[in-house]
Amino acid sequence: MAEAASIEQKVHKSAWQGSFKLVNVQRAITFAWMHVAEARLRTMIKWWGSMLSFGLGNPVLYLFSVGIGIGALVDSNGTNGQLGGVSYLAFLAPALLATAAIQACQDELSFPIMEGFLWDKTFFAMNATPIRGRDIMGGLLASAMVRTIFTTALYEAILLLFGAIELDAALPMFFTALLAGLAFGAGMMAASSYVKEDDGFFAIVGRFVVAPMFMFSGTFYPLESMPIYLQWIGWISPLWHGTDLGRILSYGQPQQAWVIASHWVYLTVWAAIGMTLAARKISQRLAA
Amino acid sequence: MNSSMSMQNMIEAKGLTKKYADFVAVDGIDFVVKRGEAFGLLGPNGAGKSTTMKMIASVSKRTGGELTILGKDPNKYGPEIRAHLGVVPQQDNLDRELKVHENLFSYGRFFGLSRKFLKGKVEELLEFAQLTEKRNSKAEELSGGMKRRLTIARGLVNEPEILMLDEPTTGLDPQARHILWDRLFRLKEQGVTLVITTHYMDEAEQLCDRLIVMDKGKIMAEGSPANLIREYSSKEVLEVRFGSSRNAEVAEQLKGIGDRIEILPDRILIYSENGEADLRTILTRGLDPVTSLVRRSSLEDVFLRLTGRTLVE
Amino acid sequence: MSLINASVDSAIAIAERRRNKLGSSVYSGRSSVVLERGFMALKTSNWIIVASGFVEPVLYLLAFGFGIGQLVGAVSGSNGQQISYAAFIAPALLATSAMNGAIYDSTWNVFFKMHFAKLYQTMLSTSLGPLDVAIGEISWALLRGLVYSLGFMTVMAALGLITSWWAILAIPGAVLIAFGFASVGMGITSYLKNLHQMNWINFFMLPMFLFSGTFYPLSIYPDWLQAFIQAWPLWHAIQLERAFMLGNLSPEIFGHILYFVAMIVLGLVFTTKRLTALFMR
Repeated sequence: MAEAASIEQKVHKSAWQGSFKLVNVQRAITFAWMHVAEARLRTMIKWWGSMLSFGLGNPVLYLFSVGIGIGALVDSNGTNGQLGGVSYLAFLAPALLATAAIQACQDELSFPIMEGFLWDKTFFAMNATPIRGRDIMGGLLASAMVRTIFTTALYEAILLLFGAIELDAALPMFFTALLAGLAFGAGMMAASSYVKEDDGFFAIVGRFVVAPMFMFSGTFYPLESMPIYLQWIGWISPLWHGTDLGRILSYGQPQQAWVIASHWVYLTVWAAIGMTLAARKISQRLAA
Repeated sequence: MNSSMSMQNMIEAKGLTKKYADFVAVDGIDFVVKRGEAFGLLGPNGAGKSTTMKMIASVSKRTGGELTILGKDPNKYGPEIRAHLGVVPQQDNLDRELKVHENLFSYGRFFGLSRKFLKGKVEELLEFAQLTEKRNSKAEELSGGMKRRLTIARGLVNEPEILMLDEPTTGLDPQARHILWDRLFRLKEQGVTLVITTHYMDEAEQLCDRLIVMDKGKIMAEGSPANLIREYSSKEVLEVRFGSSRNAEVAEQLKGIGDRIEILPDRILIYSENGEADLRTILTRGLDPVTSLVRRSSLEDVFLRLTGRTLVE
Repeated sequence: MSLINASVDSAIAIAERRRNKLGSSVYSGRSSVVLERGFMALKTSNWIIVASGFVEPVLYLLAFGFGIGQLVGAVSGSNGQQISYAAFIAPALLATSAMNGAIYDSTWNVFFKMHFAKLYQTMLSTSLGPLDVAIGEISWALLRGLVYSLGFMTVMAALGLITSWWAILAIPGAVLIAFGFASVGMGITSYLKNLHQMNWINFFMLPMFLFSGTFYPLSIYPDWLQAFIQAWPLWHAIQLERAFMLGNLSPEIFGHILYFVAMIVLGLVFTTKRLTALFMR
């Protein structure tokens, strides 16, 4: 009883100011997307260890197995001419860097959306505050980019350590990889926001979109060496555009100016469309 | 504040309508909620209470009529209005992976409240919800009642002008309900306007100054609990049971007793000014009920009168 | 009350009877019932996901076999003959897909049934014993593996990658491999408690896939690493399938077969033990 009384006292003691005084409405609305990102990061930080080890583990394994193992076969076979005269490792590195970025970004923009709408319904809790659908989109994307930046930077450091890329190309390559991650992540976010039930959607996307994209985007061999009727997979895949930009920056792979420009445009358009569709669909579902 | 006059009305609805593709969830309702009032929406599942709540919460857009909250149109100023609302949804939507205190802190940040302010506020709310000892548990580890209290505390983090509670005590044990009612009373004393949906009659009678009874998207009646009971029911109710097979047959012989008789599958309700006297009349007619009970009229009876149906089916 | 007591009493009686007659308590010879349930569940499960088990190795074969094949040229097989790169990795992909299918069926699927659907409690409260359940589940995994490997062999034949009649043995080979992985997988799964631990299974599968001589001969590794990799089951699986498909039969294949027989026995023993301990006390 004494305890209950003291609680009462404390509750009464603090002055109730009321939200008119307390909440700076304009500020809350302007920075809403940052508040969403902050909340996501608060959850993310609890998993940072497994996040980084899984995010890096996969591309590092490919680096060792394919880059060094198959690299030994290719380099001894002397077919490096097909790769523009560089070692297989140098050829592979930009693709793996873009893959690491894409993987990290899309991971953060798929399941969290299921969580927000279906499992925990946290998006509905956010939407009861000044936060809007587009703020949720912006905040998710921003937090996903934070993860992408960390993963990509660490992976790039590993590539540097292996001499797979040159130091002076590292910074520009970092940004093109991020752009590829952003483009695919935004697309994934849009797709996820349309998912109404968890009936294996992500398993299907993983096996029929992400895996083929990984294998047929000129990742392990030049896109041009595939039959022409398969090359379209590369043309539509953000991974190929990001990889090609990386190769141009890393070892100066020759490329025509209009192709370079189209890489930038294509990736930017993906990001823009993904963000627009996601914002629209998320808002729609919140208001339903 | 030049709007102080209109601000006395926290919420104004006129012909408020929400149509979905194939049905009308809310069908042109009018009501006003005044500052500091505890306003109730009463009705069975599917009456349109939750849809009305979503529109007041400035989340779901109305499809017809007018709605003004804190003097603003929610279809245009959703975020601005939501900054002053506290919302407790029917289903708890806590962030399961965050700890109890992080849930409160994180939610406060959504209103742009400063970390410094929230540090103190979170502790205060933890005490309010009696969760101080659980502050470091993950939300998913809490019991149902604790989750409910945390959700309610979360809705108070911005010190809202209007606190909206959708079925606040569903799933709570009696003791927890009374604790919660006590907390809500205290908020009311502090001048917070409460909007509550419930299908518990005792809750509506305890908490609400005024309420509307909804059914099939329409308002059936409006007033204070006492007025509604006076208007739509009698002072007392006599409940008699003759066994389910005999109820209908006996009802014939009860004619003339009380003001009105309702025959339910399991019992017969006799509305009258003096239940004890009516029970004596029944006994003198040689009818021998298995059980009998005289009680005061409640909102349950109002609802039965208005719709011909019981609230909890 | 009396009704509950009666049913509890009879359940205890059944359990006691089972425990006394040791053989019949574990195995009633009715594992086909478990298999039948699998067929019924298949009708409602997601066909695309089931089909993807077949698509994945084909994608790898196309991407690596032909794409990287152009860069790598010919590779020397185990007895020194020169073979195309696609022919070199195809048996490894067949072995890997047998592993993947079996592991999926015997880990995720079994875990889900144990912890969420509570299917085993239901099954074991009938006349079925734990070994029936184990063999039934594993047969299900094998049947799927058999269908996948037939599909993959068809694709290989169409691509002209099959040159020896011995290659037909690769199909029972794939079933043996699936059997080994399924039974060990189920044994491990029956000991796991939460989904986080399940992630560790994936954690081991990818490196095993990438380093077991799948994409290039083991000889490029230093000796100590070779010895390490040769201890892992997928290496034996790949060697077995490669021997069959390329027609390079040598006494070594008996070693690989023995490895898998040992996996099957160990897996079954542990699964039965664990299921008995969990559900039959």
